[in-house]
Amino acid sequence: MNLLDFARGPALEWSFAIFLFGVLWRLLGILLLRRVHDYSEPRAHRAALGALQAIVRRTWPRKEFRARTTYGLAISYVFHVGLAIVVFGFVPHILLIRSLLGVSWPGLPGAVIYFSAVVTLAALVMALIRRLTHPVLKLLSNFDDYFSWAVTIAPLVTGLLAVAHYGGRYENLLAVHILSVELLFIWFPFGKLMHAVLFVLARGQTGVVYGRRGAST
Amino acid sequence: MSSDIDTLHPLDIEGTRLTVKKPALRYDRQGDMSDDRRVEAAMRAFVREFGATSAAYLESCIHCGMCAEACHYYVQTNDPRYTPVRKLEPFKQAYKRESGPFAFFYRMFNLKPRVTVDELQQWQELIYDSCTMCGRCTLICPMGIDIAHLVGQARHGMFQAGLVPHELWAVAERAEREGSPLGATPKVFKDRIDWLSDEHGVEISVDREVADVLVSMSSVEIMKYPLAIVATARVLNALGEKWTIRLDGYEATNFGMLSGNAQWQKDLSMKIINAAIKCKAKLLLLPECGHAYGAMRWDGANMYGKPLPFEVLHVSEYLARNLGNGRLKVKNLPKSVTFHDPCQIARRGGATQAPRQVLGKLGVELREMSPSGDVNWCCGGGGGVVTIHRADDLRYKVFQIKMKQVDESGAEMLVMSCSNCRLTFDDGQAHFKWDKTAHSLLELVADNLVQ
Repeated sequence: MNLLDFARGPALEWSFAIFLFGVLWRLLGILLLRRVHDYSEPRAHRAALGALQAIVRRTWPRKEFRARTTYGLAISYVFHVGLAIVVFGFVPHILLIRSLLGVSWPGLPGAVIYFSAVVTLAALVMALIRRLTHPVLKLLSNFDDYFSWAVTIAPLVTGLLAVAHYGGRYENLLAVHILSVELLFIWFPFGKLMHAVLFVLARGQTGVVYGRRGAST
Repeated sequence: MSSDIDTLHPLDIEGTRLTVKKPALRYDRQGDMSDDRRVEAAMRAFVREFGATSAAYLESCIHCGMCAEACHYYVQTNDPRYTPVRKLEPFKQAYKRESGPFAFFYRMFNLKPRVTVDELQQWQELIYDSCTMCGRCTLICPMGIDIAHLVGQARHGMFQAGLVPHELWAVAERAEREGSPLGATPKVFKDRIDWLSDEHGVEISVDREVADVLVSMSSVEIMKYPLAIVATARVLNALGEKWTIRLDGYEATNFGMLSGNAQWQKDLSMKIINAAIKCKAKLLLLPECGHAYGAMRWDGANMYGKPLPFEVLHVSEYLARNLGNGRLKVKNLPKSVTFHDPCQIARRGGATQAPRQVLGKLGVELREMSPSGDVNWCCGGGGGVVTIHRADDLRYKVFQIKMKQVDESGAEMLVMSCSNCRLTFDDGQAHFKWDKTAHSLLELVADNLVQ
């Protein structure tokens, strides 16, 4: 079995299994804990609306907070959107998703993808520099923050190298790219990447609490 | 302290007095437990209450640091130690090690070391002195983590470990023992009522067997702003309510909650709840006190274990309701006013509009601070912080935000609906020789009643 076969075969299956099992385990580990009933008389019966509002609105900051948060947020926005464009807009990715899940959509032109990838790369580097230099982020950061950063940027770098056929045989470059994505899958449930799932939970429950109180969610 | 004191505590040459930036590492301890037992007690208390809600919060943090930008302590000092979510660090560590979904991993490989008593002692300042649980961090967090709520839970752990700032511990203990944190015992309170009733010629109903409205008070009002009692009586008398104050349940501040003793919190709340049930009250009126509102309006029923058999209103809500339906009438007040929103009533309580409706009926020109309402800056005295002496310097630093906000509003009059905020403003005013005096919304209404 060559590296590419390994990456497309057992590595893919195992990484996916770990991803799924890990996500489920972590979610159940949270959700199966005790939930306390709130007996207070709600001001407004809008718990569900509150949850929905919080889930949607927390995507961007309130205007009162913008002055102090725009720089960091802009970086985050760029690499989140950029990653989405590259992951879901690149034709070979769409073909792969079609072969796995049977759904597909039109891809974006190569130039858009490459541009997005480079911009995303730059934003991720800026995010790292910011984490290493901002006093608050420096103090908060731990292994998870840096490792999650590494497994996020790795597929981007290896993907760009593969597309450029730079640094070795194409099959090997592709294999390394796939393996780097698999590393991301494996790490996903254990670290902060899980926020891609957990944000719904955390925002939602704050929305419920403050929605009942008739307060800002 | 070791010899590195000079590097750890650089000189503060910008302040008005020459000193080191942080005089010394100071923390208080209660009881004589061993260090191990302290840690164990803290973690047990913290984990015991651990439910799905808090777990989802602690699991979701992405270390983005945005909470720092909402926190008055960070904004005024630029000291990253005050980053709100970092105030939870030992507890997050304990959660991950003891009860998170991957706890066995963390323990097996010792990825998260055991929390030590030194860490808890260091964190005492972060969990108490530099957090008013005002909840601005909760509002900014892109993951929606209710950091202020988690700090409240962390305090439960700190209390069980006997690691509470001593002043806060002492007033809480006094509240549990005497029924009031600041010496407003039933006897003192009754004497005050008799004196106020005479002095101001107002009827104050005490210990009625049956009443529609039970009035509770904050000991800050009883001891420092007794005119609040007169104002409450004037309003209720003008409305012709069948109301009473009961000496078996009147103290609405809850230092059990603020210090982190869940049992004391319950004891203090149950006194009022039982008094209200005894006199068959339909309405429990809460005083101008922010944390009293949170403790009773949102936590009261949970202390009782079932829905409360009466309505609970903050006095500003009560005024808004009765001015709105025309039962209460006020004279026009031709003044410009700025309103300070108490965090626990507005941001965390949802009663943000009530005081504005009241001010609207008074016909004042409302000049909002920037920002105001749900995003308003905290006065810096909530969460029991105003009781902690060693926190004074820090408190004055964050109070300067309020001074700036009030000054920039250009309003003639500063009004609020929390006596603890008012206490903090009065203290700040004296400290800075500031020309702005805090006024009570309730007293403003009572002074302008149309009989």
